[in-house]
Amino acid sequence: MEKILYLAHPEENGALGRTALEALAAARGLAAGLGAEFSVGLLGGSVQAAADSIAACGAAAFFAAQGEALAASRYSTDAAACEALCRAAGATVVVAPATARLARCLPGVAQRLGGRVDSNCTGLTVEGGAPLVSRWYYRQRMVAAQTREQRPWVITVAPCCFIAEENLGGSASLQAVALPAVTPRTEVLGIDAPAADEQTIRPEAEMLLVAGAGWTKKQADGQSHPEEAAGHILGFLERTKASLGSSKSLVDLSGEGQSVLPFLTHLHQVGQTGATPRHKKGLATCCHGEEPHVVGWRFITERRAVNLDAGCGWAQGKADVLYVADAFAVMAKVNELLGK
Amino acid sequence: MSYHIVVCGSIVPDPLQTLEPVAGPGGPALKNEMMLPAVLDPWAAHALYEAANLAKAAPGSRVWLVSVGPKAKLQQVMMHVAQKVPFELVVMDGPAGGFVEAADTAAALAQAVEGIAGLEKDRLLLFGGWSSASRGTGATMQILGELLGVTEQFQGVDELRPADDGSFEVKERIEGGGYLRSRCAGAPAVLGWATGNLPEPPNNPQVGMQNMRLIMPALQKARPAAVGAAGVAYKAVELPGARRQTRIVKDAPVDDIAREIVEWIKG
Repeated sequence: MEKILYLAHPEENGALGRTALEALAAARGLAAGLGAEFSVGLLGGSVQAAADSIAACGAAAFFAAQGEALAASRYSTDAAACEALCRAAGATVVVAPATARLARCLPGVAQRLGGRVDSNCTGLTVEGGAPLVSRWYYRQRMVAAQTREQRPWVITVAPCCFIAEENLGGSASLQAVALPAVTPRTEVLGIDAPAADEQTIRPEAEMLLVAGAGWTKKQADGQSHPEEAAGHILGFLERTKASLGSSKSLVDLSGEGQSVLPFLTHLHQVGQTGATPRHKKGLATCCHGEEPHVVGWRFITERRAVNLDAGCGWAQGKADVLYVADAFAVMAKVNELLGK
Repeated sequence: MSYHIVVCGSIVPDPLQTLEPVAGPGGPALKNEMMLPAVLDPWAAHALYEAANLAKAAPGSRVWLVSVGPKAKLQQVMMHVAQKVPFELVVMDGPAGGFVEAADTAAALAQAVEGIAGLEKDRLLLFGGWSSASRGTGATMQILGELLGVTEQFQGVDELRPADDGSFEVKERIEGGGYLRSRCAGAPAVLGWATGNLPEPPNNPQVGMQNMRLIMPALQKARPAAVGAAGVAYKAVELPGARRQTRIVKDAPVDDIAREIVEWIKG
């Protein structure tokens, strides 16, 4: 019988994030499907509040690795803590959210435990009495369903693939896990993030706006209008609170010393070497819709595009609607209709 | 402070290629995989450019590119990569597709790294992509680090700033478009790069010729890599579902288009 461990960490505010709660749903579903018990393992500076928030999840035990050294996200201490949690639980299957913190350390933890890891899984079910994961390959160009013999099996769950459960609060009794002595040579200095009103990357937004290189190209008057482009894009974001993405070609322009849209960085890049966001709606503007970019749209449910080229990639079955029109004019009118 | 920077990366199909899964003798594979045009994995390529940039700023540094892949295809890819930045190539001959285990690849890489003559582990920086455009697990570098006993690790790196005392600051991508800033006391360390901040270097034929003098012998003496997918059972490997039926709106007034978009946004 498998021994399932749900492994997670609280966010800075002490609560479990949405991705963590989605992974909990995945773990509970797996346990139910296998007829197995599961336990909870939490790591962080202080995890009692997080444990209490899911105390009624049905876990047989709550293991805790906590302390000042674990308040910050760092490979050496996180890996040691996760390893200790897995060993304390005797886990054969570990289900964890694919957060940046756990994505960094869990493959190494799997190695320490003599097991294997499958990351960014978008599905977790049971077939033939064994866990079955789905995950994407070749940058969202194909999907596989797979199982494995090796144990322990560490599975990280991609965001927005399971429904987070609520109303699981109560009072959890924590079993403290002995942590091995680790002398980290890494000091966490802090987080750099734009101010809330300047942040244009919004994973929680319902909508994604993608700006392509066409915004900085010469327009019908033979001139480029980057300031006007910036006004349309930022105006749209202000009105809709959408998240902003970009094509690789547009963010690369800044690296080549060209005058471009200063608020775009490689963090905004969507596509083969960029992000794969999971917004419900996506609007691509002045963007070519070629495959290396569009692979990043795999999980965008509703897609529309504005492009002057009726034969662009979006027209080839990659968007629901392609508006063959001047994005400068369209977005100006859209912003006017959206109002202030 | 100088570094011994080992960049790990392999080949992936050109991004513009249409891929089709087929059942191979060892598990899933790509149709006509050996015929598909290939490139160096994009994130590994960024890691290589960052390595070269760091080596340039730290005299006495060396850069190796260690690759597990089919040597015939690696040779083709190296014709292009060799012109970008100076490096020494180390090759393990074996499959490099998405359906090969990260643990196997890491073990082969570890074997190759351990075999690098003159490598000084106290100056070692293990660079690679934080994920690959094939398997995409984001696991190989961490496993490699564990095999080599390197437990200062960073993933999603966009910036490394060395200090004179051998320490360096790192910026790693985290959720919501932010960065986690850390300071590491020094090598050895593992860094899985995202895109970094450097553009792709222009082709430099002189660098290319210099590199190829060592690349060809490296390819010829490549040892076989024991990599596969033992223990994994693939129940299905499929292409995504049917394409969307795109409605193309042409010759419509801007006002009408804008109204429709706003209705959709609000809907």
